[in-house]
Amino acid sequence: MWDTQLVMYDEDYRKILGVIQRLVRDANAKGIFVVDKNGQLIAEAGEVRGIDTTSLASLTAGSIAATGGLAKIIGEEDFPVHFHQGQRDNLHITLVAKRIILVVVFDDRSSLGLVRLRVKKAGAELSKIFEDLQKKVDNPAAAGVPASPFAEITDDDIDNLFSD
Amino acid sequence: MSFINYSSREINCKIVYYGPGLCGKTTNLQYIYTKTNPELKGKMISLATETERTLFFDFLPLALGQIRGFKTRFHLYTVPGQVFYDASRKLILKGVDGVVFVADSQIERMEANLESVDNLKINLREQGYELEKIPYIVQYNKRDLPNAAPLEEMRKLLNPMGVGDFEACATVGKGVFETLKSVAKGVLTDLKKLGR
Repeated sequence: MWDTQLVMYDEDYRKILGVIQRLVRDANAKGIFVVDKNGQLIAEAGEVRGIDTTSLASLTAGSIAATGGLAKIIGEEDFPVHFHQGQRDNLHITLVAKRIILVVVFDDRSSLGLVRLRVKKAGAELSKIFEDLQKKVDNPAAAGVPASPFAEITDDDIDNLFSD
Repeated sequence: MSFINYSSREINCKIVYYGPGLCGKTTNLQYIYTKTNPELKGKMISLATETERTLFFDFLPLALGQIRGFKTRFHLYTVPGQVFYDASRKLILKGVDGVVFVADSQIERMEANLESVDNLKINLREQGYELEKIPYIVQYNKRDLPNAAPLEEMRKLLNPMGVGDFEACATVGKGVFETLKSVAKGVLTDLKKLGR
């Protein structure tokens, strides 16, 4: 089900943003990122200025992939929750719907217990949004959304991208 | 797996540089990084050992320009080439849109090249891909070395499918951008086909 191309439409993006903006407030978090398991950043909320979000997304995906590999070695399917404790800031990482990674950055204004509690509810909401999104991607015509912006491109469009 | 984002009008694709240990995968990315305008590139990340051998991966995000109002971004990854890092190589291939195989032209590395191509095929298959069906480019690196094998021999051994291939010397940049452009073009052409 999740092996298809990831497509994000405006409507779904706004829903995701709504969930994580609320999670920032509810969990007293500094910042929140939604990352695809392949390392693409999908959405962000909170105090994220100064953070290299592209690198964060790629490293988060790498970390989830590596620990997923470790899980399989010991006979687990996955480790869906990760917690990294720093001196000031901490990271809480959750795997949602087996494809999406929810990253919460928080400091001592919050606590692991509160983050864990709020992430549970937000994770369920995000799962639903991504499930609906996948239905649209699987059947764009029925959902009334464009199939792909790349269907109409020409060889010239591609060549122009590479003209020095 | 490419990511089409209608909200930010962006398209992101993943290209993986594969090949045996010390063939020059990281050097390819380092050259691209040094020669690309700062506004078109992100930070290059190298997860390497203390002796600068790739441990997990190198990562370089690049912006190529716009197609039909969509910003086109490529995420370049390398795999660790050493044989015993196979578990990591498998992980990095997940969601790949295009592959560059960097071959070491030195005659004594031919067996390592062949082993690595076979390993690429096996690992792709485990992720549900077929090498024959994804955008794939071969680069013969280190052509400047005196012990480089003849090009035709390398072609016969490493590129039986006859995909696009380039001679290179990644330390000075020869063939590096030609390889990148060719695989990126292949990925976009593939997206065009998929979109139909």
